[in-house]
Amino acid sequence: MIHQYKLGGYNIVLDVCSGALHVVDDLSYDIIAGLEEIYSHQEKLDSENDGESCGMIDIETLSERVLFEMQKKYAGTDMGDPKEIRACYDQIMELKNAGKLFTKDSYEPMAGELKARTSGVVKALCLHIAHTCNLNCSYCFASQGKYHGERAVMSFEVGKRALDFLIENSGSRRNLEVDFFGGEPLMNFQVVKDLVAYARSIEKEKGKNFRFTLTTNGVLVDDDVIDFANRECSNVVLSLDGRKEVHDRFRVDFAGNGSWEKIVPKFQKFVKARGGKNYYMRGTFTHANPDFLEDIKVMLDLGFSELSMEPVVCAEDDPSRLTDEDLPIVMEQYEKLAELMIQRDREGKPFTFYHYMIDLKGGPCIYKRISGCGSGTEYMAVTPWGDLYPCHQFVGEEKFLLGNIYDGVKNTAVQDDFAACNVYSREECRNCWARLYCSGGCAANAYHATGSVRGVYKYGCELFKKRIECALMVAIHREFNQ
Amino acid sequence: MEHIKTIETRNLCESAKNGGCGECQTSCQSACKTSCGIANQQCENEKK
Repeated sequence: MIHQYKLGGYNIVLDVCSGALHVVDDLSYDIIAGLEEIYSHQEKLDSENDGESCGMIDIETLSERVLFEMQKKYAGTDMGDPKEIRACYDQIMELKNAGKLFTKDSYEPMAGELKARTSGVVKALCLHIAHTCNLNCSYCFASQGKYHGERAVMSFEVGKRALDFLIENSGSRRNLEVDFFGGEPLMNFQVVKDLVAYARSIEKEKGKNFRFTLTTNGVLVDDDVIDFANRECSNVVLSLDGRKEVHDRFRVDFAGNGSWEKIVPKFQKFVKARGGKNYYMRGTFTHANPDFLEDIKVMLDLGFSELSMEPVVCAEDDPSRLTDEDLPIVMEQYEKLAELMIQRDREGKPFTFYHYMIDLKGGPCIYKRISGCGSGTEYMAVTPWGDLYPCHQFVGEEKFLLGNIYDGVKNTAVQDDFAACNVYSREECRNCWARLYCSGGCAANAYHATGSVRGVYKYGCELFKKRIECALMVAIHREFNQ
Repeated sequence: MEHIKTIETRNLCESAKNGGCGECQTSCQSACKTSCGIANQQCENEKK
């Protein structure tokens, strides 16, 4: 299967199953499109024949017909020369024979293998240090940090037990991840510091390497927080929505005052102290600002260069929810964002956009790509009182309660449901070109959109595919302009 | 005439032979916490 598209002046061809990426001229682009039609039809017939070649298609004759069509289309140009068309076809066949074009999907038997092999292994926890917040953001998926429950903070004893639970269940995993999350985790900062000190005191003896991250709204950031985070946190996620009027529309305190002016200087100091790296400014865009590129520009003007801007996650009847009318605007914004990245590269002022950060040579292996994010199996969220949920977005949904940090996972039916999530468990994903990039997508988004963790959040899919197309284009541009 | 330029990428078929160690970062922990970014992750072994 291939995916081909034109963007940024490039004709791009992605060989979906090998991961090979090609930039081609117009003639190759058209021949590949014609051949893909033939091969995909052949593959469909073969799959209806239990995977055995049914031999019903005369591929050679059909391929010659494609080449003949090219002679007509490109007549009178250099590319219309039959010898040139044949040479181009030969290059395409060479790539096909090298496993870099029209590669078949042979990965389905591996689906679930990684999870089966690592069954029971936990490597990451989202610690809900505080189910309380000092802001009152109306679009918050966690209902102002309380997750539809009562205000609560995690005690050191519960946090310590969570870290012990992680170590006990991490098998041979060396790298363990803990995110301090909320609500607002800095409202329980002493416990954060004590838990990190505890983890550092035992990690060597246990043969583990803890990587801590912190997600904060910035209100309580001070020199103590900055020093601690720069010493102990491999990454910090700082919530800022961009333009002051956009940010302050939702991100207000309980008196209704916007937080932008209070937090921006703190974040600037924080980022400067981190040497300008290992952080993300994390914004949310909603129906109120589908033109989110303007917010990214504001963040750049403020001196931030590591950016993550995400579509809002909210209930269907929420007025901030993105609409069908917003979709073309958002898609165009993603393309313009890619253009801005290229322009800033040229000016010597590069920046990072999280979803455009694709490592072509060192990206995830195929096992990771087909098995998904690991929520509910290797990644779980811990409430302030020690309950376990599949991830932070399921906390408060009682039917997803997995167990607790004292007795472990008891609700194996829910865990099995998450373990079975992979790109082949969703019919819609099987023939999607982006499946090895999104790995079947986010279970929480799927659940909130369709009522099933194995559903498909189609709006999110459209955004995701556009982001990957843009990300690949930027990666290609950087490859050609190193 | 060169009709096609191939960009160097990690071969996914090959990664079936040497992948699956599970040491890579959990995607949702890294930046956004709301939409999976597996494509944006790096392999711990390929980094070395």
